[in-house]
Amino acid sequence: MAEQPVDVLIIGAGASGAAVAWSLADTRMHIVCLEQGDWMNPAEYPSSGRDWESRAFGDMAISPNRRGRPTDYPVNDSNSPIAVANFNAVGGSTILYAGHFPRFHPSDFRVASLDGVGDDWPLDYETLEPFYAEDDRMTGVSGLSGDPAYPAKQSVLPPVPLGKSGDKLARGFNDLGWHWWPSDTAVATALHDGRDQCINLGACTSGCAQGAKASTDITYWPHAMRAGVEVRTRCRVREIAVNDDGMASGVWYYDADGEERFQAAEVVVMACNGVGTPRILLNSTSEQFPDGLANSSGLVGKNLMFHPYASIQGIFEEELDGFRGPGVCIWSKEFYETDESRGFVRGFTYEINRGRGPVATAMTGMMSGRIPWGAEHHRAYRDLFCRITGMVAICEDLPEEHNRVTLDPELTDIHGIPAPKIDYTLSDNSRRMLDFAVERASEVLRAAGATDIISESPIAAGGWHLMGTARMGKDPAKSVVNEWGRSHDVKNLFVVDGSIFVTSAGVNPTRTIQALALYIADQIKKRLANLFD
Amino acid sequence: MSQESMIATDNPLDADQESALAAIVGAMIPASDEYSVPSAADPTIFADILTLVKRHPEPVIEALEALEALANSRHSTGFNALDDEAKAATLETFRQSATPHLRAIVSMTAQCYYRDDRVMASLGMEPRPPFPKGFEVEQGDLSLLDPVRARGRIWREA
Ligand SMILES: Cc1cc2nc3c(=O)[nH]c(=O)nc-3n(C[C@H](O)[C@H](O)[C@H](O)COP(=O)(O)OP(=O)(O)OC[C@H]3O[C@@H](n4cnc5c(N)ncnc54)[C@H](O)[C@@H]3O)c2cc1C
Ligand code: SF4
Repeated sequence: MAEQPVDVLIIGAGASGAAVAWSLADTRMHIVCLEQGDWMNPAEYPSSGRDWESRAFGDMAISPNRRGRPTDYPVNDSNSPIAVANFNAVGGSTILYAGHFPRFHPSDFRVASLDGVGDDWPLDYETLEPFYAEDDRMTGVSGLSGDPAYPAKQSVLPPVPLGKSGDKLARGFNDLGWHWWPSDTAVATALHDGRDQCINLGACTSGCAQGAKASTDITYWPHAMRAGVEVRTRCRVREIAVNDDGMASGVWYYDADGEERFQAAEVVVMACNGVGTPRILLNSTSEQFPDGLANSSGLVGKNLMFHPYASIQGIFEEELDGFRGPGVCIWSKEFYETDESRGFVRGFTYEINRGRGPVATAMTGMMSGRIPWGAEHHRAYRDLFCRITGMVAICEDLPEEHNRVTLDPELTDIHGIPAPKIDYTLSDNSRRMLDFAVERASEVLRAAGATDIISESPIAAGGWHLMGTARMGKDPAKSVVNEWGRSHDVKNLFVVDGSIFVTSAGVNPTRTIQALALYIADQIKKRLANLFD
Repeated sequence: MSQESMIATDNPLDADQESALAAIVGAMIPASDEYSVPSAADPTIFADILTLVKRHPEPVIEALEALEALANSRHSTGFNALDDEAKAATLETFRQSATPHLRAIVSMTAQCYYRDDRVMASLGMEPRPPFPKGFEVEQGDLSLLDPVRARGRIWREA
């Protein structure tokens, strides 16, 4: 069944889809967003129930394979040391994200020129700065101005509390003379735009029942919808269709009843994330585009970047915050910029992530052998409960073509659409960076008083940043979209999600994903008269 | 999808398996008078564990089959037929074998034990979900930033 054509069809209602929809809404064009997931009901998030930690292993797990909701699609990540994490709903993966909200640094846009690796971006920090600022207002970024690791930037709301954990580790960093600063976060520390302030539930990565964490279902979407954008949920896109001129003509999708439908559109915007977008582009084959849409460079799905993570936690003798408080706290940029004497290029951010809940403490202790079976269980448990804090190191992942998303030849979702298959290996540079990060973090923790260290490197479940699989660039032979997000091959097709990242930086990506989506929307608005030239 | 909709209706374990599972979780976390806490095999907690097992029975069943095979190879009889001493020795060997499926039992036991009211009370926690009351977290002392400020700019010109 065909529907009336729309001006702009956005696929995916996550971080980037929401931002681009909101910005384009002031054109008063007819804009529709197709989203495979549902609207979430914050009252049903795990922190409202006694089983809140348990549900992170079930219906609110970060792995779509474990969650297995009908709104999810499976991901074959068996050939990767890092598993994909996401969420599929209005709000996308921001429903589960922790809300670490750093910007890229100016150097991140010029890694080839500065360090001879990867590629330079076709735009720079100054170009994105106004869009970062716009996103900061929409998100309600909490933080403290004056971080010497960044050019000047203003925070919208006061920083999240340091708590006992942040205080302790700040002293460890100070002992070593290393940088730290209260993190920029997407957690409202005061009333903001109809959202209540954080009350330290500590369950941010299972959805924020308080509405303090800026998932886009409660930030951008209400504004975009009030301005006329229509969101259709439970609509899963299978492929983008093209006309004889090689332009996108619309999309084939399955509606909530599983009916196949066609939605015609003048402009198609992909916002399905760094795995979902290449999946649909590769599945959009035709006589004109036998290798998938927008893929004349052969780069759709290639250069997948995750950010290898290490977790380094200390055990302390005194009681700390445990799980209380948002998982965001302070960060350190001490090892952010390249210093080749360390044995690797580029760098990483440390993000202090407070502690863990009663169940997670038991699991950490029992799985690592620190809590024995039998009568000694209880004493050993109490030696750990509310006494663990530490950090993650988020390492810059460099683009490598062999790290990629392809279509699985056998696995499909419930609609028969091929599932994405991930092939990914850790580079030697990443391994060296991870090892270095674990050693230096252990020094901080010991300086802060830790008596024992628990580490995991890389974090096997930590494929939560999905980038690089439809990279932007000026050269059509070396990139999928141009410097303002338009496909080189199909002039009414745009990509706005993490797929367009050229390099990954050593920071969480969402603030940059959204700044880019706002920048691309701005470029579209400025070029409406000759958008397809 | 609600949690309830994920719960299968049929009990995937037979009576022997249930009793072996109770022995495992009871050995893992026994009751303690000192801390005023029940064992993980306490009827309320064990019933909670069984609801989780029903959702993901496979690894638990495989672990129980491994335990049964161990008892048979050591004592030529099933686990439940062993005396207490032999049971304890078999469970200790089983624990050391660290079969990957045992992780599922550890996980389910931790999930259910550490949400029981009596256990929460022993840890000094109110028996309630985090929302809507929330928790207090200290603001902290931002003068700790003085040395970081004094060091000055560290970002790299590009
Ligand atoms: C546990 C976890 C913690 C995280 N923590 C952080 C953090 O602290 N800081 C940070 O910056 N980032 C974090 N992230 C990552 C962050 O959530 C993502 O970077 C961000 O959401 C990506 O935005 P996106 O628009 O590219 O994709 P998404 O937000 O993933 O949105 C994509 C949307 O597209 C929809 N979609 C996909 N395919 C189709 C289709 N075929 N048809 C219809 N709809 C489709 C999906 O359902 C989804 O809603 C975290 C992620 C997870 C999972
Ligand atoms: S800690 Fe704050 S942001 Fe996180 S879930 Fe609780 S209220 Fe929301």
